[in-house]
Amino acid sequence: MISTQLPALQVVIPLLAGPTCLLLHHSRLSWGLATSASWVALFISLALLDQVLATGPISYELGGWAAPWGIEYRIDEINAFVLLIISGISAITISFARASIEHEVHNKQVYLVYTGWMLCLSGLLGIAITGDVFNVFVFLEISSLSSYLLISLSRDRRALTAAFRYLVMGTIGATFILIGIALLYMMTGTLNMSDLAARIPSVSDTRTVKIAFAFLTAGIGLKAAMFPMHFWLPNAYAYAPSAISALFAGTATKVAIYLLLRFFFTIFGVEFSFETMKLDRILLPLALAGIFVASTVAIFQTDIKRMLGYSSIAQIGYMVLGVSLVSVTGVTAAILHLFNHALMKTALFVALGCVFFRVGSVTRGDLAGIGYAMPWTMGAFVLGGLSLVGIPLTVGFISKWYLIVAALEQQMWWLAGLVLISSLLALVYVWRVIEIAYFGTPGDRSTEIKEAPATLLIPTWILITANIYFGVDTSLTVGVAERAAQALLGNVS
Amino acid sequence: MLSLLTATALAVARLDQLFAAVMLFGIYSLLSAALFVVMDAVDVAFTEAAVGAGIAIILMLGALALTSHKQHPVPRSRHWMALSVVVITGAALIYGTLDMPLYADPNAPAHLHVVPRYLQQSMQEIGIPNVVTSVLASYRGYDTLGETVVIFTAAVGVIGRLGIVPEGKVGPKTGGMEHHLILRITAKLMLPVILVFALYVQFHGDFGPGGGFQAGVIFASAFILYGLVFGMESVTTVAPPVVVRSLAAIGVLIYAGVGVVSLLMGSNFLDYNLLGHEPTHGQHLGIFLVEFGVGVTVAASMISLFYAYASYQREK
Repeated sequence: MISTQLPALQVVIPLLAGPTCLLLHHSRLSWGLATSASWVALFISLALLDQVLATGPISYELGGWAAPWGIEYRIDEINAFVLLIISGISAITISFARASIEHEVHNKQVYLVYTGWMLCLSGLLGIAITGDVFNVFVFLEISSLSSYLLISLSRDRRALTAAFRYLVMGTIGATFILIGIALLYMMTGTLNMSDLAARIPSVSDTRTVKIAFAFLTAGIGLKAAMFPMHFWLPNAYAYAPSAISALFAGTATKVAIYLLLRFFFTIFGVEFSFETMKLDRILLPLALAGIFVASTVAIFQTDIKRMLGYSSIAQIGYMVLGVSLVSVTGVTAAILHLFNHALMKTALFVALGCVFFRVGSVTRGDLAGIGYAMPWTMGAFVLGGLSLVGIPLTVGFISKWYLIVAALEQQMWWLAGLVLISSLLALVYVWRVIEIAYFGTPGDRSTEIKEAPATLLIPTWILITANIYFGVDTSLTVGVAERAAQALLGNVS
Repeated sequence: MLSLLTATALAVARLDQLFAAVMLFGIYSLLSAALFVVMDAVDVAFTEAAVGAGIAIILMLGALALTSHKQHPVPRSRHWMALSVVVITGAALIYGTLDMPLYADPNAPAHLHVVPRYLQQSMQEIGIPNVVTSVLASYRGYDTLGETVVIFTAAVGVIGRLGIVPEGKVGPKTGGMEHHLILRITAKLMLPVILVFALYVQFHGDFGPGGGFQAGVIFASAFILYGLVFGMESVTTVAPPVVVRSLAAIGVLIYAGVGVVSLLMGSNFLDYNLLGHEPTHGQHLGIFLVEFGVGVTVAASMISLFYAYASYQREK
């Protein structure tokens, strides 16, 4: 019986945990509650993915009202996969968060972090699980508002400006999305995704639908930090508390990319998105520009968290690149990279969180010689970095491999070449950290620095192990991603 | 009325005096509320009047009190960037309107697809006359739960940023305007009326315009008025910050709790049918409870926001 209610519980459990954390008003207790809720969410998402793979898409009617009158939760391969990414990253980072957050956030505000964390988690899960576009907007607001809060709770005063900037940009993005949804409702009279997909073709030659498409693309692109709408991201990631940066790096932009896939392929359909609107001709150059500009900027960053932020923008470029190829392999590569990038970037941010815990800074100068003082932490960082570059036996290699195969399928040799060259840029910025950590002259304080405690190291190494495990055994990730891509592209043909 | 709206918006954009801009925002909201009434969207108009022209202005004034009344000049070059974005967006919107169905066109898709069932079946399926409430609280009740959480999140955000009055430290007693006799007497006369009106709006939402959102805001405005006139100390005695903050969370839990109860009774989340002895009775009870949850969260969140602004200023 309970298994039929899993879709609701997926979102409702963290949603109930949020206000309860506020009521508890106690750092450790609210952490305990949030952590349990997060792990329960992870198990629910595993059960859902298992159910989808075995019996096909799941539909759940909220309030018992059938779609399109009521709100429907609709889970197929791709969003079951995205749910797994979000809840998995959240479960591991929140296990890491306790010591890290107590160190980086004012004592009296720790319970607010977990309130916000739970709200953000339920918002992100709610966006991914729903089959109703207005419901997407509502949960987008929950996740956005709570992420502004989470960023601003850092002790670093610069987090305030970063959060404010994110708030302004995020609100513009959300407004664009709302305008797009309203225009679609005006032309079709429905908010349900599959109902929209059925009704859009009859009105797809109207300007209103085209403008709705433009507003949605721009709005979601802003949320995804798609180049050139990425300016809010680096500072937001750099000045947020470490555990929060790790959470966002693995989840927030991923959900936005998922929304792009959902709108382009499921709702508007391949024919409208890529033949009528010729979206791929805009996405491809923007993706490439994003990859090269952001990777180059990343090389010159002195704050390593900011560097990883720019690297994230480049990585989003790879996902968009996969989408813009409009082939099953291309979309598979994009979906794979959603999962893989979440693993590597979260691992890197978590490793930096360990560094910050002991050193109190993550600027390049303060990291000199740290590789010997904190061998396990920096070892994790090196492995995560190699994964980011795309060395074989790591997840990064798998993503790049599928992306290059997708490019070669369409005889785009130059594109495959550019992807390889861009990996060299990643190698440069990762190497600059390794260089200073292992070959830099240690400062005066370096003798006092100890290895991070086990409570921080264990989650870090779980992530690193996952980076390698899914780099070797790709049956789960590639299998799901391929099925999801076929389902997305199969809607039209 | 539309031209007045445009004129107000332009004036707001041009003003350097933020205080005047906030006042114009109030006018803008009242105008849009009037416009919604003309369009027969009374529930929306009510919300706009209560939120846009009422509480939002108080909160913006609170923000001004913490910052400054004047705008900082922005370099010209920035103007051009912003202006071009605005112009492109505006042009896109106008381009998009060209193919829209005409206003009040009975054949517009929005009137033909899902709406007929809401209008025709709502009485049998849910049994309350106000269709807006039945859509809001039942057909799309899950969205409304989400909106309630949004308000709760916003309140948590401001509490997190500004902090809330620390227990036992609410500042000097001379905070209010007790020495203004007229203000004090008028406020005393108004307070019960506002509170009773809020309760009426809360519980009458099934039959006429109103519901938890509007009622919560009106309820909160009574406390804010009390706080402004009689000082923070008096209002925090009546409604201690800790209690208010907890109530904001409890309201969400009431709403979601109704959903959990329906889960436990074996139906889907927020399906009210099994809550009563017959489906419409269950719907009545469910809507009553979730609207109550909304009212509690909205009122408590608004009062918390007011406390946060007021106490932050005091600590400086």
